[in-house]
Amino acid sequence: MSKNILVIAEAKDGELRNVSFEAIALGKKLSEGGEVIATICGDGNLENYGEELIQYGADRVVTAVNPELKTYTPDGFTQAYKAVIDQENPDGIVMGHTSIGKDVTPKLASQLETGLISDVTEAEEGDDGFVFTRPIYSGKAFEKKIVTEGLTFVTIRPNNIASLEKDGSRSGDISSIDVDVQNIRTIIKEVIRKTSEGVDLSEAKVIVAGGRAVKSSEGFEPLQELADELGGAVGASRAACDAGYCDYSLQIGQTGKVVTPDLYIACGISGAIQHLAGMSNSKVIVAINKDPEATIFNIADYGLVGDIFEIVPKLTEEIRNMKVNS
Amino acid sequence: MNIYVLLKRTFDTEEKISISNGKIEDDGAEYIINPYDEYAVEEAINLRDAHGGEVTVVTVGEEDAEKQLRTALAMGADKSVLINTEDDLEEGDQFTTVRILEAYFKENEPDIILAGNVAIDEASGQVGPRLAERLDIPFVTTITDISIEGDTVSIERDVEGDVEKVETSLPLLVTCQQGLNEPRYPSLPGIMKAKKKPLEELEIDDLDLEEEDVETKTRTLEIFLPPEKQAGKILEGDADEQVKELVGLLKNESKVL
Ligand SMILES: Cc1cc2nc3c(=O)[nH]c(=O)nc-3n(C[C@H](O)[C@H](O)[C@H](O)COP(=O)(O)OP(=O)(O)OC[C@H]3O[C@@H](n4cnc5c(N)ncnc54)[C@H](O)[C@@H]3O)c2cc1C
Ligand SMILES: Cc1cc2nc3c(=O)[nH]c(=O)nc-3n(C[C@H](O)[C@H](O)[C@H](O)COP(=O)(O)OP(=O)(O)OC[C@H]3O[C@@H](n4cnc5c(N)ncnc54)[C@H](O)[C@@H]3O)c2cc1C
Repeated sequence: MSKNILVIAEAKDGELRNVSFEAIALGKKLSEGGEVIATICGDGNLENYGEELIQYGADRVVTAVNPELKTYTPDGFTQAYKAVIDQENPDGIVMGHTSIGKDVTPKLASQLETGLISDVTEAEEGDDGFVFTRPIYSGKAFEKKIVTEGLTFVTIRPNNIASLEKDGSRSGDISSIDVDVQNIRTIIKEVIRKTSEGVDLSEAKVIVAGGRAVKSSEGFEPLQELADELGGAVGASRAACDAGYCDYSLQIGQTGKVVTPDLYIACGISGAIQHLAGMSNSKVIVAINKDPEATIFNIADYGLVGDIFEIVPKLTEEIRNMKVNS
Repeated sequence: MNIYVLLKRTFDTEEKISISNGKIEDDGAEYIINPYDEYAVEEAINLRDAHGGEVTVVTVGEEDAEKQLRTALAMGADKSVLINTEDDLEEGDQFTTVRILEAYFKENEPDIILAGNVAIDEASGQVGPRLAERLDIPFVTTITDISIEGDTVSIERDVEGDVEKVETSLPLLVTCQQGLNEPRYPSLPGIMKAKKKPLEELEIDDLDLEEEDVETKTRTLEIFLPPEKQAGKILEGDADEQVKELVGLLKNESKVL
């Protein structure tokens, strides 16, 4: 039976997030031939986003506009999405498991009195509707869940569900609703930017992560160069953050970010269980460590025993050469 | 001030996970207070010490959670409440837990509720925001700093690495992130005192809830372990040789370059 699926899209620094395209791909699957409606909210000028969402597979876009929606607040965005939901009455909702997704979806689900399956990495058709897989116990196990009552409402973990090919020839209706937004109870006073504009860690396809072995903030420079060469981002272990070599915003692990890039290069990281909690589901793991007994080698696809300060620059060089020659 | 902490008992972070009879094997497992809830307990105690009032720690769970509640009392919380579902409920999900907590808080008047950002086992991160919505109070997630003056609350929160400064007011629910504080260890006198502090036990019946009211919206069909990772390949040779081989493998074998 075909269903109408609402995809809640999100932009950061003026660009739609990849996970929103991934959400459209899942929406398409869940719709079983029905309509995929994407929505994005903001204080205006959302048409360009609308077009891109359609090129990535949305059938139609509804934008929700109000000056109060310039920055995210739980109250503001919930009211905007609720207005769209009331208008479209979807059978399912998909959003990215991002900072905003984690914040707003439980509030929405609670208001709608529905279930919510968070942080989904896979979906397949089962006997009683779709079955969603999600990691539990910090990725040490997985569970398969179904919705037993009401709306199918899920958030998806970035980088796990492939987005559809962008198709510039697709077109669709983009409509806009002026939403009424009132009583915002949390006021954003200021945002202090700590992360660089570059590649977002949680969505990066390649991550070069440094551990205590990096020894200083300058020690991160060769890692950054390697990351730049690969179009990726730099991450870190908690030991590197604790030592002040880098900002906590780079921390990967149980108390940091959870990432699943295509390629994770661990440089001078021992492989503590709390670090693995944040990266063990990466597709390909490379470990560089001078200690051949380091636990990180147990989960690495490729291990290089040696000094990161010798190996990392060579690796950057070799990749650069490879690109020139191909 | 009426300060409440939501506490979940979870597996120790070091525990290996295995499955028996379709469930996570918990025989002999070590349990802890969910690490993020430790930040919540610590912050609650600090807020009480600064503003007066009482800290009550609440958990929805089974008899065994008493141990973690005692630990929170030993850290310095004043009272604890175990909403014991052991005899009444077979199944639960985030909706269930929040319905129960909602019913509990409807009978109490919290000024502030502190929860963890996420529980490290089922890890949905839903409970805090869901509950705030049911109680019709504002919430701020992943906080790393909080100060209260009168009814005005100033907060710093972590947003994917950036810091957002937020102003809001009581009553309020917050979820705690790493960096908020350094949770204290219970002291010996603290542990002694904790034995005499109140640990109230409630059942859903005491909250005027029937089984139907808390029926789940989702169901777990299966739990499984990720496929065992093949032992990786340790590359041979000097640095130059290793690097050359690696680039070849990444390009041709795993095709990520
Ligand atoms: C509740 C809790 C939560 C935690 N959360 C996290 C988390 O989210 N993320 C996290 O990462 N950790 C976390 N930790 C900490 C974790 O237990 C480890 O202490 C931490 O991951 C270690 O970081 P590391 O591997 O960089 O440092 P170390 O364990 O000190 O390892 C450094 C490694 O570098 C190697 N090395 C040294 N010099 C060189 C060199 N020149 N070239 C190559 N290799 C070299 C060494 O052989 C060693 O293996 C947490 C701990 C607790 C208790
Ligand atoms: C009989 C029964 C069976 C259940 N079976 C399952 C099951 O199989 N699978 C499942 O996912 N859930 C089950 N639940 C619900 C489960 O116990 C959790 O409360 C709920 O799933 C939230 O877990 P989470 O890890 O997603 O929490 P998160 O939303 O990630 O937790 C965030 C924060 O909310 C607070 N919090 C979360 N849970 C509790 C709690 N129980 N008590 C007090 N504070 C809390 C803590 O402060 C925590 O840091 C069951 C509940 C009952 C009553």
